[in-house]
Amino acid sequence: MAHFTKATSVKDWLNQRLAVETVERVMASEYWIPKNINFLWAMGMVLAITFALLLVSGIFLLMYYQPDVKDAFYSVNYTIMRDVDFGWLWRHVHGVAASVVFLIIYIHMFTGIYYGSYKKGREMIWVSGMLLFVTFSAEAFSGYMLPWGQMSYWAGMVITNIFSLGGLHLDGLVEWIRGDYVPAQAFLTRFFMLHVLLLPLAIMGLIGLHFAALRIPHVNNQDGEEIDFDAESKKYLAGDTAGSKVIRFANDFMSKDMMVVGFFLIFFFYLVFFQYGFALDPVNFDPADGLKTPAHIYPEWYFLWSYEILRPFSVNIGLIAFGFAQVIFVLLPWLDRSPNAVPASRRGLFSIWFWALLIDMIVLTAMGKLPPEGIFSTIGLVAAIAFILLWVALPFITKNEKKA
Amino acid sequence: MGKAFGAVAGVGAVGSLVAMKKSWDPLPSVKAAGFTTLDMSIYKEGEIITEKWRGKPIFVLKKSAAMIAKQTESQKARDVVVGDAHFMLAIGLCTHLGCIPAYVPAEESFLCACHGGMFNWAGEVTKVPPPRGFDIPPFKIDGTKLILGEAGPEYQKMKDSGVTL
Ligand code: HEM
Ligand code: FES
Repeated sequence: MAHFTKATSVKDWLNQRLAVETVERVMASEYWIPKNINFLWAMGMVLAITFALLLVSGIFLLMYYQPDVKDAFYSVNYTIMRDVDFGWLWRHVHGVAASVVFLIIYIHMFTGIYYGSYKKGREMIWVSGMLLFVTFSAEAFSGYMLPWGQMSYWAGMVITNIFSLGGLHLDGLVEWIRGDYVPAQAFLTRFFMLHVLLLPLAIMGLIGLHFAALRIPHVNNQDGEEIDFDAESKKYLAGDTAGSKVIRFANDFMSKDMMVVGFFLIFFFYLVFFQYGFALDPVNFDPADGLKTPAHIYPEWYFLWSYEILRPFSVNIGLIAFGFAQVIFVLLPWLDRSPNAVPASRRGLFSIWFWALLIDMIVLTAMGKLPPEGIFSTIGLVAAIAFILLWVALPFITKNEKKA
Repeated sequence: MGKAFGAVAGVGAVGSLVAMKKSWDPLPSVKAAGFTTLDMSIYKEGEIITEKWRGKPIFVLKKSAAMIAKQTESQKARDVVVGDAHFMLAIGLCTHLGCIPAYVPAEESFLCACHGGMFNWAGEVTKVPPPRGFDIPPFKIDGTKLILGEAGPEYQKMKDSGVTL
């Protein structure tokens, strides 16, 4: 057994048993962050805080929500919104956070793409990030089912039908996922379970993996410079804090992160109190009706780009294109054949590729919201094809890139 | 030793996966509720009526004499004939991803708002993305009654010839 001495303080007592000082050093004060970064590097922290907001508001909603097809709609729209004191606050926080979290995830992803932060040992950061994206998507979808309104029901119908995989006609699989021929009680209860337990657990595990993947390569910087973290941290600890290229994660870098988080939260609560409408679809204020499809159904804004890739094609090609869009981002570290880990602006053709992809996804998002008619169908089709071509072209345009 | 341990663990893993899969299957009560009987003598010509079977909408249209006269061969193959009345009978869910297309009398067509698919009055697809015409629910003709959920010989014929899935 290890040797324990009489503790001189509470800290010493804990230190002997839990090595709190070592943990603090490894996780915070001697976890090194480059100086040469900007506010976009705070998005990860903004995401962590937004996830915490989702968790807390979700816990409060959970205390009144009823996962029953007869009561679910009323428990949300009457009990929580009208009876429970401040119930509306939790619902607005939860809805707005669920929407804004995707905005931040997209910014976070495109920051990573722009600065080449998925290369040279950072592949696992990227892959774990994409797994987070997929799990968040599933979390958002399962949560959308819970109020059991018209949009919940029909989104549930359409999305679960995707699993029949078009020409493969796997209707049995669809019925298995639903536990019924159509979305009904079994469907609601199992998606409730996924939303409040299994998926949040998976997300927390994946956030752990994401952070662990950051540990060895450290975060990238604005010039993609390869920093010798051992040498720079020694310099810092020896007292040359100005000459060193790195700073401590806590409290130094954290305080900068928290500055951005502060601005974000002001914006966030402005939305929660004054502009929450965008996060709550009006059609979902009608209770679910299996015999009436709403005139226009469309997903939440953050799924629109992939929805638009599904829509203009016949069913099988649409599904293949959709599947392609879902997985292709994961492969980015391998499709980008250039070893240059520098900002896109210094990478010639890749810079054009980056902006073309971003604009294309914005166009897809806009078209996905409009009814599938006339000129909008055509623009959507062109943008969907452009999306696929851009990814197919990526290995070729990066292969011959000059050393930056 | 390692192999023996692996074998025991493997059996346990497969067993629990089977149990998990089975727990997600539709309950017997859900499956038992899968039959609906329709009285076909009450429908009016040229009017689309929506019935319900297994929670799904079922379109029933008693065809008018004009409609019957102009039917093509492929449309005839989809006919459900009860006595001397001809019916369009279909599961009212778009064969693309399952929205309910709305009937637009002016165009004699069903229009799907979800991704723009279209079907004609006889239930055939006329505009993608839906890959095929409406599916026809399993039915059995019993006098003037129609039992949905049970496959009679007329339905079996449609299925065998690929008119419906
Ligand atoms: C809720 C979900 C997420 C959380 C909580 C989260 C959190 C974080 C944090 C705290 C960092 C370090 C600080 C920073 O560079 O911003 C980070 C870095 C990173 N994340 Fe995420 N992240 C999430 C989702 C994603 C997704 C969806 C992707 C995209 C595939 C992604 C890709 C990355 C990359 C590439 C880095 C490294 C950035 C660099 O080295 O400059 N993350 N993440
Ligand atoms: S569900 Fe009807 S066109 Fe997609």
